[in-house]
Amino acid sequence: MTLSATLAELVRDFKANGRIVVVGASLAGLRAAETLRGEGFAGSLTIIGDEPYEPYDRPPLSKQVLKGWVPADHTQLPRFRELDADWRLGVAATGLDRATRQVRLADGEQVPFDRLLIATGTRARQWPNPAEAALDGVFSLRSRDDAARLRQALADGPSRVLVIGAGFIGSEVASICRDLDIPVTVAERGPAPLVGALGGVIGEIAAQMQRDHGVDLRCGVGVLSLEGDAGGHVRRARLSDGTTIEADVVLASLGSIRNVEWLEGAGLAAGFWGVGCDAGGRAFDINGVATDTIYVAGDVARAPHVLYEYQFLAMEHWDNAVFGAEVAAHNMVSLEPDYYPHLLLPGFWSGQFGVNIKSVGVPPFGDEIVFMQGSVEERRFAAAYGRNGRIVAAVTFDHGKWLEYYARLIEQSAPFPPPPPGWDRPDVMMPIPAQFPEPGVPTAVPDVVLTGHDPNERRAEFRPRSR
Amino acid sequence: MHIVVDLNRCQGYAQCVFLTHEVFRLSGDEALTYEPNPDDARRLQVQRAAAACPVQAIVIGRLDGAERSERS
Repeated sequence: MTLSATLAELVRDFKANGRIVVVGASLAGLRAAETLRGEGFAGSLTIIGDEPYEPYDRPPLSKQVLKGWVPADHTQLPRFRELDADWRLGVAATGLDRATRQVRLADGEQVPFDRLLIATGTRARQWPNPAEAALDGVFSLRSRDDAARLRQALADGPSRVLVIGAGFIGSEVASICRDLDIPVTVAERGPAPLVGALGGVIGEIAAQMQRDHGVDLRCGVGVLSLEGDAGGHVRRARLSDGTTIEADVVLASLGSIRNVEWLEGAGLAAGFWGVGCDAGGRAFDINGVATDTIYVAGDVARAPHVLYEYQFLAMEHWDNAVFGAEVAAHNMVSLEPDYYPHLLLPGFWSGQFGVNIKSVGVPPFGDEIVFMQGSVEERRFAAAYGRNGRIVAAVTFDHGKWLEYYARLIEQSAPFPPPPPGWDRPDVMMPIPAQFPEPGVPTAVPDVVLTGHDPNERRAEFRPRSR
Repeated sequence: MHIVVDLNRCQGYAQCVFLTHEVFRLSGDEALTYEPNPDDARRLQVQRAAAACPVQAIVIGRLDGAERSERS
């Protein structure tokens, strides 16, 4: 038998009798499991999730769920095929032993695997003072339960909501508060909302939009402490500019933390920015060597991206979870040269204050911005981001139909400023500095981040040079 | 029934809103919101809305309830 025939036989045997474990039962985990079955994997499939719920969709939580239109438990994701999977829901994975190929669960059970997919995503960063975070009325927003609790608090008619952090989640929640006619204060350490993701020029437009809708927006201030009443309910916040805000609901929207702690000691390239992997989803070990049995997908993955100087790219985006999972799952049951690359042009959306904000590319990779179409005053426009004379990203406010035009230009590394499409051009079309914060300036971490070239941030083992 | 709208793909044509405003709504001119788990009685309406979407952004689940029996 030739080597390639032997390998093909091994793959056939694996697809019939192998054991795959997926850790993470959200969007990426579900879509990966469906893809595995769709690719003909008939072996044992185990899906582990720390939440007790079947996979559900998170974007509606900060929008239609908070608004009270859709109950939090109406967010189950659609299914596209039977999975015949062993679901372990409500029990977290707490460890990975690569030598014995076992995942350890919080209840002490060991789950053996031949191939593993890490899709553990992120969690909300909590208010850093535990005593203050434990006050009634202090919330974060990531899970279905979070959304149900915050929705109830909003329905109870708070006198004022304080939102700490004006990233996308914070801004969307502030928007919902205004829809519900609830007074809301937003405290942001950076110079404007959304500044980490979209820069100061767009941030200033977002700031004006918030104020026009009645948000009490305070930028360049931090929240020093939260104070409760005798009953343990939050009542006010002290700000770094010496003022206090009376509020009985506080949302800490401080960005996310990648769920990598359970991989401690496993020897993978796991750290603050997630688990390093190649563009096909194969996890790197701490020395930057690709593993053959462990794959990564979704918010917790970071992989080199061809469009951005092969820097590692971490994306907390919905379609990154879907496509990354499909690619990783395909590669888990395939052989070279049939591997797929996960070469997604990043893209996201956010509905807030009646405006649809959408983006493609990696805006913080750019240093200049030019308004291409529409009108900033009317808050319907398209703008492009550039770096070194090429277009790297675009953002639209109620101009989503044009985003594909910019996506094609970005994929081709087209010149910046790009040729304008259509007739609806602003008067001034000069590139100006995009005003992204310097590294180290405290502001919300954007949800798509270029994280440099290092496969990991912890102790690699350097081999001594033999002479 | 279970649906999801790929909002990267959605461009706010709002055909679904005209057809099934109980399930799909616009917030402003372009931002779509929707009921992800509509009542089964609306299945035909939702299927029509999905068919009418110019960018085919509405995805309807092909299993309903069947997966529940799988849970260990």
